[in-house]
Amino acid sequence: MSKIKGLVCKECHKSYPAEAIHVCEYCFGPLEVAYNYDFIQTQISREKIKQGPSSLWRYQDLLPIEGEPTVGLNAGFTPMIHAKNLGAALGLDYLYLKNDTVNCLTLSFKDRVVAVALTRAKELGFDTAACASTGNLANSVSAHAAEAGLRCFVFIPSDLEAGKILGNLVYNPNVIAVDGNYDDVNRLCSEVAGEYPWAFVNINIRPYYSEGSKTLAYETAEFLDWHSPDHAVVPIASGSLLTKIYKGFHEFEKLGIIGAVKTRIHGAQAKGCSPVATAFKNGTDFIKPVKPATIAKSLAIGNPADGYYGIKVARESGGLIDDVTDPEIVNGMKLLAEKEGVFAETAGGVTVAVLKKLAEKGVFKRGESVVAYITGNGLKTQEAISPSLGKPWHIKPSLMSFQDALKALKQ
Amino acid sequence: MASLKVHITFPEEKIQEPIIYNAGKRYNIVTNVRRADVNEKTGWVDLELTGESSEIEAAAEWMKQQGVTVDPIERNIIE
Repeated sequence: MSKIKGLVCKECHKSYPAEAIHVCEYCFGPLEVAYNYDFIQTQISREKIKQGPSSLWRYQDLLPIEGEPTVGLNAGFTPMIHAKNLGAALGLDYLYLKNDTVNCLTLSFKDRVVAVALTRAKELGFDTAACASTGNLANSVSAHAAEAGLRCFVFIPSDLEAGKILGNLVYNPNVIAVDGNYDDVNRLCSEVAGEYPWAFVNINIRPYYSEGSKTLAYETAEFLDWHSPDHAVVPIASGSLLTKIYKGFHEFEKLGIIGAVKTRIHGAQAKGCSPVATAFKNGTDFIKPVKPATIAKSLAIGNPADGYYGIKVARESGGLIDDVTDPEIVNGMKLLAEKEGVFAETAGGVTVAVLKKLAEKGVFKRGESVVAYITGNGLKTQEAISPSLGKPWHIKPSLMSFQDALKALKQ
Repeated sequence: MASLKVHITFPEEKIQEPIIYNAGKRYNIVTNVRRADVNEKTGWVDLELTGESSEIEAAAEWMKQQGVTVDPIERNIIE
């Protein structure tokens, strides 16, 4: 018996084989992996997980691969920090940070989803990995494709800043710079994915890819001594991460790994791209597409595929979805760095700024556990924060010059 | 013959316009609605366009010019 039953449409529930497909042919709804939980129940246990590798593959029983993992063997199992300083500043006793700024190979949570996607892609017989990305996803796909010995294509808009693509070129993928705007690149990739037998991780491999995000929930519960937290604060781009963290906690509950889940899942967006937060606040589930205008580029998805499902999760779990301005995002990044020594990218600033906003609103009760998901490293978005940082003190190489500077510093 | 799956979003001021019908009249394509949620304020339609590639592309571009958002069925995939 296999742990994977197949794929199932999230809307009409029609079943499909576990192949590289992502859209229901009947209603055009998204497909997701269906598991045989009765079988998994016979395989999984806390003890088995604890004896597993120090990576996300310790939860292999709940990930959509059929054989052994072959790509991203060191992804996941990132530190969980009891953030006492930041917690004290926000009035939270049990604030934890899930620190994916140090994920392996490329310092963002994308390493989780790509490890799963490319392992599955190899199982399905693909020899080429591909993605459309302007940031973290391209980094991770390029690096993992190199590790896996897969050919790699990364599609970007041609006017993307050179620095953003440097982190990909080092892995020597085929970088395709498309003359056109984001919408043009978006449409082209959708067509290319239909024409070429490639593993487009966020298109035809998406049902498997997105499952990698569940490991953030598993790791959280394991760290919290097999409990789910009272609150989770999660950044929203496509909306997938929020739904998969929710799914991860509830799978553990279903399998008896943890007790009843009462986690309220809160979403965080940047005001300059907040279609999900706007719909949530308006009390609708209709996502009105927006043109992104925010420094939080990794969350800048104007028409998010899973926005509807993200709203549903927030409502079902009793969570909230809020948004923050660009200056609040920068302050969030600085607060996190100054209080906990964690340098996060802008998405982390969004999460921390929304966490602060929710704390100020009194959403978290004293004594409740709160986990904030920090999904990428600040070295990737230095341009966003550099204008608001202090400058070094320039001195002559003499003690007197240093003492003068020290006096000035004290003033 | 080619086909394209698209997700179309209507702003409030375009809800009353028969844009999908007109696209089918104007271009040599078959429009086939698979899923939709439309009310008096806003709406979206998941649609399949079938025909020659050039006609499909022209129809999609024309619908955009009418003021609706036309995305691939996967919506935004650049992450």
